[in-house]
Order: sequence, then structure tokens, then C-alpha cells
Amino acid sequence: MGKIILHCDMNNFYASVECALNPELRKYPVAVCGDVEERHGIVLAKNIKAAAHKIKTGEAIWEAKQKCKNLVIVPPNFQEYMKFSKAAREIYSRYTSEIEPFGPDECWLDITGTAKNITEGERVAYRIKEEIKRELGVTVSVGVSFSKIFAKLGSDMKKPDAVTVIPEENYLDVIGDLPVSDILGVGPSTARKLRLYCVETISELAAFSKEMEKKLFGKCGEDLWYCANGMDCAKIISRDSETVDKTVGNGITLPKDLFENEDVWKTVLALSQEIGHRLMLNEKKAKDVSITVKDSAFVTNHWHCHLDGYTSSPYVIANAAFRLFENGYMWQKPVRAVTVRASNLALSDIPVQVSMFDNVKDESKRQLVSETVEKIRDRFGTDSIMNAVVLKAVKKDKTGIPF
Amino acid sequence: MAKYCKVYVGVKVSIDSEGNTKPTSIVWENGEEYPIDKIKYKIPAASLKVGGRGIRYTVVIKGAERELYNEEGRWFVEKRTE
Repeated sequence: MGKIILHCDMNNFYASVECALNPELRKYPVAVCGDVEERHGIVLAKNIKAAAHKIKTGEAIWEAKQKCKNLVIVPPNFQEYMKFSKAAREIYSRYTSEIEPFGPDECWLDITGTAKNITEGERVAYRIKEEIKRELGVTVSVGVSFSKIFAKLGSDMKKPDAVTVIPEENYLDVIGDLPVSDILGVGPSTARKLRLYCVETISELAAFSKEMEKKLFGKCGEDLWYCANGMDCAKIISRDSETVDKTVGNGITLPKDLFENEDVWKTVLALSQEIGHRLMLNEKKAKDVSITVKDSAFVTNHWHCHLDGYTSSPYVIANAAFRLFENGYMWQKPVRAVTVRASNLALSDIPVQVSMFDNVKDESKRQLVSETVEKIRDRFGTDSIMNAVVLKAVKKDKTGIPF
Repeated sequence: MAKYCKVYVGVKVSIDSEGNTKPTSIVWENGEEYPIDKIKYKIPAASLKVGGRGIRYTVVIKGAERELYNEEGRWFVEKRTE
């Protein structure tokens, strides 16, 4: 027997949560938008009434307002969204422990152990849909299928508050005519390339030569062919939504552009503090550090380096990221946004080969300081202790980032 | 259409030896107490009238059915305003 996979997608998630918390909003077109003052003034999510005005996620608030004069703008409330996300996962866990989150609002569920066949799978999907609606006051679209990709496709086909089944026996009858771009992982560039070979629909993709696809797109092309032919056997990777995966990153669009290295250093240090915290929380260490900088002309630069050893120390991460920045950034334009990432993760107790020239004493002292800082933050809150250079700036302005 | 607002209320509860909590009366804003005669249902639910979610108790007070929510430790009712 094949697998029975559900993909649950909470519709218009942020906007739906806002409407669930304040039902008065349901009457109006609503958009959850970032703060204009902080230069995050874009649409993060919109409800169905706002979508009817062709408002799109990612567009600027002023553009959205032009399309819909009576648009209600609400600020995001991520704490609440995370609470809803967690509550939804609790509902899913009544049916299976095999849950793989895909962002805060989407999850795959392997219910092969709960449902004997696709009809039972559909029944479970309807129950989940009703429980989410009754307990959380938001709607969910559920795709039921035999593979992750098709379950995801199913949840996208009917929205909102719907269940779509794509059975193994006749999946091409259900989805064969859909454009290839509806498949998760097929972006505009892949779709464009496929169109050159007259491959526009999923049926055409399934009938296309596997060798040719491999030649065109490499390993991804082969996977895509398997997927279109119903042979995608990717497993559900159960994990907590809080668990880190391959990278831990932290970024910010700054309230004001930065003009000096010193201010960038403070930002990098503040961002790295959170990265170190998340690494330690997940008992991980990183070997690689990267920094992405967007300038005021929206040009993005990215630099990446390997560290000598694994670390979770915010100071070491910040230092590496800042060195990359110092060496690479030409200051042709001021800095608008900074993101620091730690990658190439390993468990924190990974054995380390120490070089003869390493100052082990200093490193273990630094590690001890980081761990102590963590304990203090854990006990007294994240603002209870920070680097003096950041602290000085925070005193001037209480926006969370230092200036 | 009827309009409602969310009113947080005081609630007296009894806790049994297993640690299960049961509301026994609602204490209104003015201090007046309304004993709960019966709890008909207890389910996790969202309030579609006033927003918020938690454990919904469908209770009977003076012969009338009302809904009482426990939202993360705070209790609220849906008060009809129009």
C-alpha cells in the first residue's frame, strides 16, 4: 500500500489570525503590513476581501491602498501567529506524530498509520479541517495524496476551507492539465525552459524524456520527472517547528541607513547574539558564516567564509561576518539591510581537532562567557545582558536595534 | 445582526483531586455572582463572535445557556451589546 500524505495549509494565515482575534475585521478588506517608519512597509498577508482587489503579498502599502481605498492595515503580531501555528500542530498530532512543518502555516502529515486507504485519508482531512475551524477560528485547505508534492499541490488547488484528493490510481486525470509551475520547486525559470520543449502541463512533463530532463536540470530534473510520474518518495521529516535545520540566520531592514563600519559592527553583533542563542538552544555549532548586505539602491551583496573550527559563540560569528563585510563592501551606497547566517551545522559535542597554534585557553574562556550570557538571558530576559557597544546605542533608542 | 463584545470575568472554580478545574460561578463586573447550574459541554473552541480561543464551557445559568471561555487562564464571556 502506498503512503497517505496530507498537506495542511492555513489560508491567508496572518490575516486570518487577525480576523480570528478581532472578528469585526471580517467585514473589511484587511492586510497585515510591516511598519512604514521602520521601512518594512509591505503587505505580508491579506484576507480574501483584500485579495479580491488584486492586492498582492509583497507589494508596498501605498500600492495596496491605491487598489483598495478602504483597506484596513493591521500590524503583524508574530507571537500570536506562532501560538496559532503551535495550536494547529497540536490538532495535527491527534492523528499522527509524523509532522513536517513547512513554514508557520503549512505542514505535511504522514497518516499512513491512521488511515488504511485514501478514502479514510480524506475523512481525516475533513476532520482536521473542521477541528481547526472550530478550535482556532481559521480555515485550512488540505491536500490528500500519496506523495508530498501532490499533497501540497492538492492544498493549493481549492482554497479556502477545502479538501482536495489526488489519488494514486488516476492522479493525471485530476492534475494532468495543470501547468508545471504549480508543482512545488518549479519556478518561472524552469517553467520557461520547459516551455521551449513544449512542456507546459504536468501530463506533458510526465511524458517527457527522463534523460532529457536530467540533461536540462541535472539531479533536480530527474527528481522532477519522478515526481510528475507519481514516483516521488520523499519522506516526511518529523521535526519541531523550532528546530533548526541547516542554517541559522537573523536579519534586519534598518530603520535608518547606515553610513559607517562602526554602526554595521553593532548591528552584526546584535544579530549574532540571537544566532548564538538559537545555536546553543538547539545544541548546534556552525562551521560557516555568511553575511548579506542590501544597500540603499536595493543591490544585494553576499559573502561567505569557513571558520577554522565549529562555534556557537556570537562573538566569533559576528567577528567573521564583520570581517567579510569590511573586506567586501565598497561603501558606494549606505547600508539598508543586513543578514547574518551560520551554516554547516553539527552537534555541539562534535569532536574538534585542535591545531598546535590555536589558543585553546582563550577559546574555552570565550565559550564559558557565551554560556554564562545564555544563562543570564534565559533567566532574566534577552535585554538583561548585551555587549557594551550595543548597550550604549540601545540607551539612545529603544527600537531593539542599536541606533 | 446582534453585536457582541468580549468581557473578561472573574470565575470561581473547584479543583478535584485529579487537578481538573470546573467553573462553579461567574463573578460579573459589578461583583454580582452567577452560580453555574450545569456544564453541558467542554471543548476547545474559538469565539467567532468576539475573537479569541481557548476551552469553551457551555454552561447553564438560571436555566439559560451561555458560553464561557478559558483563554490561557483568563475567563471571558460574549456580552451582547445590541
